[in-house]
Amino acid sequence: MSAPPEKDTAPLEGLARDKVFQRELVTLIPHLRAFARTLTGDATQADDLAQDAMIKAWDARASFQLGTNMKAWTFMILRNQFYSDKRRSWRSTQLDQEAAERTLVAVDDPGAPLALDELRLAMSMLPYEQREALILVGAGGFAYEEAADICGCAVGTVKSRVSRARKALQGILETGAYDRDGREAGDAMRSIIADAERLSAIR
Amino acid sequence: MDERRKGTAPLDEARLRQRAIGVKLRQMFDEVVNEPVPDEFLDILRKADRKSGEG
Repeated sequence: MSAPPEKDTAPLEGLARDKVFQRELVTLIPHLRAFARTLTGDATQADDLAQDAMIKAWDARASFQLGTNMKAWTFMILRNQFYSDKRRSWRSTQLDQEAAERTLVAVDDPGAPLALDELRLAMSMLPYEQREALILVGAGGFAYEEAADICGCAVGTVKSRVSRARKALQGILETGAYDRDGREAGDAMRSIIADAERLSAIR
Repeated sequence: MDERRKGTAPLDEARLRQRAIGVKLRQMFDEVVNEPVPDEFLDILRKADRKSGEG
C-alpha cells in the first residue's frame, strides 16, 4: 500500500487495479487456451490447465507489475503449472500417444484439411521443450528473448530447440505425406508415430 | 559452392516446406484463439473476484 508512486502518475490500487488487471487477463484467455492445447494435445485437459493458470495469475496479481508483458507472465504461469501437474502424474510417452490419438479423433470438422491433423499429431510427437519453444516463437508471437524468459532458459537454447523442432516436424510430415499415397490416413498416422519414435530414439 | 547449381532447388524446396509448416502452425494456434471462450472461464474469474472482494 505504501509503495512510492513512480513519476507523477498515481499507482492504481485496490479494486481499481484489480479491475484493470482482470480486463487484461480476460483478453489473454484465448491465448492461454491455445498454448495449453498445444502443450497437452487434448482440449479438455487444456481448458483445465488454462483455468488453473488463470486463477493462479489472478491470485498472484499483486506481484504483477501493470504495464509489463502480462501475456508472457501468464504463459510462464501456465507452463509451470503444466510441468508441475505432469510431474505429479508422470506417465510420459504413454500419455503422449493417448493424447495424440484423442486429438486426432477430436477433430470433428470433416472439411478440415488432413495436413492440419497431421501437423497436430506431429506436434504432439515432439519433446515438450521443443514443442513449447516452437509454439511460443512460431505461433504465439513471442521474441526468442521472451520465450527464453517464459521457459527459464537461455536464448540460445530456445533457438536450438526451435530449430530442432522445425527439422523434426518436417521429417515427420514428409514421412506421413509419403506414406499416405494410396493408403488410408490411419496408416499414415501409424507411420508418423513410428517415425516420431525413431526420431526421438536417435536423439 | 561447387554444388550450388544442384543445391539451390532442394534448398528452396526445404524453405518452402518450412514456411508451409510455419503457416499451418499459426493456423492451428489461431484456430483455438478464435474459438469462443467457454463461459466457465469467466464464471471462475467472477467467483474469484467476489471472494477477493469479501476478503
